[in-house]
Amino acid sequence: MAKYKFTEDQEKEISDILGKYPVKTSALLPLLTLVQRSDQLVSPGAMVAIGEKLDVSPAYVQSVMSFYTMYHTKKVGKYMILFCINISCQLNGCDKLLEHTARKLNIKVGETTSDEKFTLHREECLAACTEAPMMRVNDTYYGNLTEQRIDQIIDSLD
Amino acid sequence: MTQILFKDINKKNLHTMKVYEGIGGYQSLKKAFSQKPEEIVEAVKASGLRGRGGAGFPTGLKWSFLAKDVFPRYLCCNADESEPGTCKDRELLLKNPHLLIEGMILCSYACRIETGYIYLRGEFHDLSLIMDKALNEAYAKGYLGKNILGSGFNLEIHTHLGAGAYICGEESALLNSLEGGRGEPRMKPPFPAVEGLYSKPTVINNVETLCVVPFIVNEGADKHAALGTEKSKGTKLVSVSGHVKKPGNYEIELGTPTSELIFNMAGGIQNDNKLKAFIPGGSSVPMLPADKVDTPYDYESLAAAGTMLGSGALIVIDDSINIVEATLRLISFYMHESCGKCTPCREGTRWLHQIVERIMQNKGQLEYITKLEDICDNMAFKAFCPLADACVAPVVSSIKYFRSDYEEYFKNVPAGTSR
Repeated sequence: MAKYKFTEDQEKEISDILGKYPVKTSALLPLLTLVQRSDQLVSPGAMVAIGEKLDVSPAYVQSVMSFYTMYHTKKVGKYMILFCINISCQLNGCDKLLEHTARKLNIKVGETTSDEKFTLHREECLAACTEAPMMRVNDTYYGNLTEQRIDQIIDSLD
Repeated sequence: MTQILFKDINKKNLHTMKVYEGIGGYQSLKKAFSQKPEEIVEAVKASGLRGRGGAGFPTGLKWSFLAKDVFPRYLCCNADESEPGTCKDRELLLKNPHLLIEGMILCSYACRIETGYIYLRGEFHDLSLIMDKALNEAYAKGYLGKNILGSGFNLEIHTHLGAGAYICGEESALLNSLEGGRGEPRMKPPFPAVEGLYSKPTVINNVETLCVVPFIVNEGADKHAALGTEKSKGTKLVSVSGHVKKPGNYEIELGTPTSELIFNMAGGIQNDNKLKAFIPGGSSVPMLPADKVDTPYDYESLAAAGTMLGSGALIVIDDSINIVEATLRLISFYMHESCGKCTPCREGTRWLHQIVERIMQNKGQLEYITKLEDICDNMAFKAFCPLADACVAPVVSSIKYFRSDYEEYFKNVPAGTSR
């Protein structure tokens, strides 16, 4: 396995991140996030490299990482759709809209489209309950969803 | 109605330093620096401000519990807003980041803290960028950094993103997460005020709580204490969601009737259906039936009605759905979010889920309700942190007030169904 290498920009960012904390390990989540935002997943090689930066074992990195739902070890689509299904969204009809979205993308919830463009996941409350039903696509929140609005959003992403 | 937090919330470009200063932002700092830190703590105590994240613990008292003469100390702002139904902090962070920074500076000065972290849930990446920008503006103005406004007081504030775990909103789990560990709760005592972040004395406050502090310093503790009820002082942001016509975050004076929030501010029930139930303080608190809708929205009145004010998330449910459907959704959430550390929570949430799911598949029988109550009894107050109790709340309250909704599923059970 080729050794995982951080880019020069990432190295600079890592040193900025480390500067925020008196204890290195605190940078673990930020480093995992940094890697995932560039690679769309965290590979075993990256876990080793992050461990080396922070003086912790790769197993420790993995054990922490597995606790959090936002990290992926497998490739996901270019657009990650997190569809809120919690109570305020449920009361406003999210179940039907989620079905509609899956049908539109021609996948089951939890899957990625064959062109690797979209991954669709059920998500617990995303703290935008007053705009229910809502979803998050990568970093963007979309609220007050209807079938038409979902179609428009999906069609507008390239 | 007096507004402390939302007075200018929709002002254009409020998130910029220029506009924020234009409405008097950061004016409280000079006033604070002319006083002794202890005087600020006393003022916050006298104001009657209580934690707005969920527990409602008196803020000034929390600050005064910091271990004496132990340094460094830390401030962690809890912006891990994840309680279903709650989205007030998101609006504050999005539209008024400088108010939080100002509140954090005041708290840090009062508690002699020189480093603060804003722990944002991972999904708030967009807000972390807004916050970082606001922090940079504050450094550039000399409101953060070394020797702030010539006071000799130093403060650094950093943002820190989580990565998807509801439990990290629990304060000791938040600390573990911020230290780079799994977000599992810690044994208390020691409380964070004695041994918190990096085992040092730590204040952990919710976004909304810290955002109230500038008002107290500017206007005086009395002005804050004059708002609300005798024991629930001040105002509260309430996220009204669910079956209402105008869902939104509304700022009320504590003690305002719940009916005012639902029928006036939030425009009443969708499709002119009838109100069936409401969950006043986020998914972790017991629901109440429609006939309790006049309960004043404050800590004591809601407690007397058998529920809690919690995080201030009012979830409104109309008569178009069976309450068991909503209950199952909440159980499912807690099952998903259980960290797995304690048996009553790890197994209990799953058992509740299995049984309620079976009921909804018309495969239940009356004894299942007794079973649910029995499991709840074995979960409540028997786990390390309040997550198990939170899961129990909707189950017990739905059975108490809407037993007939469960019984609906016991009719028409197909012959030969195995129980």
